Amino acid sequence: MELVQNKKVILSVRNLNQYYNEGKKNEVRAINNISFDIYKGETLGLVGESGSGKSTTGRAILKLSDITSGSIIFDGHDITKIDGRKDTLKFRKSMQMIFQDPYASLNPKISVMDIIGGALDVHKMTNSRKERTERVYELLEVVGLSRDYASRYPKEFSGGQCQRVGIARALAVKPDFIIADEAISALDVSIQAQVVNLLKSLKKSRDLTYLFIAHDLSMVKYISDRIAVMNAGRILELASSDELYRTPLHPYTESLLSAMPTPYPDDERSRQRIYYDKKYHTYNDETKVKLNQIAPGHYVYCHEDEISHYVKKYKQLNK
Amino acid sequence: MEISSKLKFANPANNHGYEVVESINANKEGSYFKTIARRFAKNKVAMISLVLFIFLILAAVLAPVISPYPPNKTVGNFEAAPDSEFHLGTDEIGRDVLSRLIYGARVSLIVSMGSVAIYVIIGTTLGLISGYFGGITDATIMRITEVFMSYPYFMVILVLVSLIGPSIWTVTFVLGFLGWPPLCRLIRGQVLYIKTIDFISAAKATGYSTSSILFKQILPNVLSIILVNATFGIANAILTEASLSFLGMGVRPPAASWGNMLSNAQSLTVLSMQPWRWVPAGIIILVAVLVVNFIGDGLRDAVEGETK
Ligand SMILES: Nc1ncnc2c1ncn2[C@@H]1O[C@H](COP(=O)(O)OP(=O)(O)OP(=O)(O)O)[C@@H](O)[C@H]1O
Ligand SMILES: [Mg+2]
Repeated sequence: MELVQNKKVILSVRNLNQYYNEGKKNEVRAINNISFDIYKGETLGLVGESGSGKSTTGRAILKLSDITSGSIIFDGHDITKIDGRKDTLKFRKSMQMIFQDPYASLNPKISVMDIIGGALDVHKMTNSRKERTERVYELLEVVGLSRDYASRYPKEFSGGQCQRVGIARALAVKPDFIIADEAISALDVSIQAQVVNLLKSLKKSRDLTYLFIAHDLSMVKYISDRIAVMNAGRILELASSDELYRTPLHPYTESLLSAMPTPYPDDERSRQRIYYDKKYHTYNDETKVKLNQIAPGHYVYCHEDEISHYVKKYKQLNK
Repeated sequence: MEISSKLKFANPANNHGYEVVESINANKEGSYFKTIARRFAKNKVAMISLVLFIFLILAAVLAPVISPYPPNKTVGNFEAAPDSEFHLGTDEIGRDVLSRLIYGARVSLIVSMGSVAIYVIIGTTLGLISGYFGGITDATIMRITEVFMSYPYFMVILVLVSLIGPSIWTVTFVLGFLGWPPLCRLIRGQVLYIKTIDFISAAKATGYSTSSILFKQILPNVLSIILVNATFGIANAILTEASLSFLGMGVRPPAASWGNMLSNAQSLTVLSMQPWRWVPAGIIILVAVLVVNFIGDGLRDAVEGETK
């Protein structure tokens, strides 16, 4: 991908497939042959409606599920081949996830001190009880929680507070790469901006790479360098954040953008929702359909014959 | 819970750009088991039962100190009715019934607690493994539990005990090794559900080993179920031991057990003419089993209250 040529690829996903109940009547193709790269230090936004396969993608990358086929290369290693306690721990230490459901992702029977401290223990990151406690307090402070919370249990917290504990746990092991699965959807609008800011500042201070998953485009634009738009297990469009907003090419992207509220009442009134028809990405013969490059770094899922149409559209929008 | 939040906005010196510090001035809720204990304490019947059960344990532990006579020695007349010297009378060879009753508590408690401890360890471990790993491991363990559960329980115990030779230890181990399947299935069912919750994915993502996930992440979530099940298990084991000893397949004379004391009632003269030789044993078995069952009920309510 020429746009960011000089950057190092940290994660490379190729032809990834994840089917559930394969071969049975109720087969679900949660991920359908997707490929993308994530560069070191960037934030890739992954956007799509509910059920489009975003979480499944995140879990596959994190090696939480056995993928159906394809390859996932993280930091030069094929993650499906990671085996043995030592290599697994090394991988786990470098990649972490903030889970979509803040309540469900915290063990109700374990105190916040031990949820966060447990991560430190697994990777033997502290040498004494005292150091462990201090580290947990530090991490709580980083996510804006009082240290008084350490002795408490998840059920005593609000959703937003749980989400912060989840973030602190992910940060505890000092990862290089974080998958944030709708890390802000469960939060109040007023808190969303705070958490996004927190993630942004952490990225800067710790040189992190993010895969930032969300179901609408409003916050993603603010945090992402590039954005991948996903629907029904496929990536339909991939471009830099600015370009995706300025020149959305795929009808599904247009539809997502049209659903975004604007801060200006006049625009808001004249705003028209564009409805998306799934037939746009349903092809009878899929052999000549793939993610094609329309402009440098701007990809659209389409048939070979449609490329010229999108190139024309791109030029028109840029006029 | 009262939460006061102070927001400090856009401070360029601070590298987050903003900061939220939330402080809490709430009553400390304490740990999960404290909550259960508090709920349990509100249940009067359960609390009285707990006190009685503790007395029973104390009686068993302090038997040598509190029994008026040695349990296996002839200390008075044969078959004497209760009087000021022998409060519960004497048996057919002049041993003190009260002393034998107190020593009998030791047998009941050793057998019941020992066998429950054995079956809880087996049942919990196999239940966790079965539910977590699924597939062929699960299928195998489940078939084994079915085999165990499809035989008449008491018959198997009788056969095994008579094969090995009746003694307090035989009874304990046989009850322990036969008792695990119901608990195993109960735990497996819970684990099937718990393992789908995200905190298990999160534990994997953190890097916990499989055994840590089983015993540090999942086990705390089934502890209350184990506790309730074990309590009822103790009541059952007291009863089973008494039945076995009654039939002469448990604790052998001269050692005293409530069950073998009760077996005196097999003789018609004793049954009708010498009630002191079997009524106290019958009552103490009844009380012990009831008390433990009340504790179990109280625990179950306290645990289930959590979900309400
Ligand atoms: N364990 C599973 N078994 C069967 N189907 C599954 C399983 N997990 C996910 N799916 C299906 O895979 C598809 C993608 O699910 P996924 O959770 O990745 O969606 P998502 O994009 O994260 O949606 P949301 O925005 O609601 O979180 C859905 O149709 C879902 O029903
Ligand atoms: Mg999701």
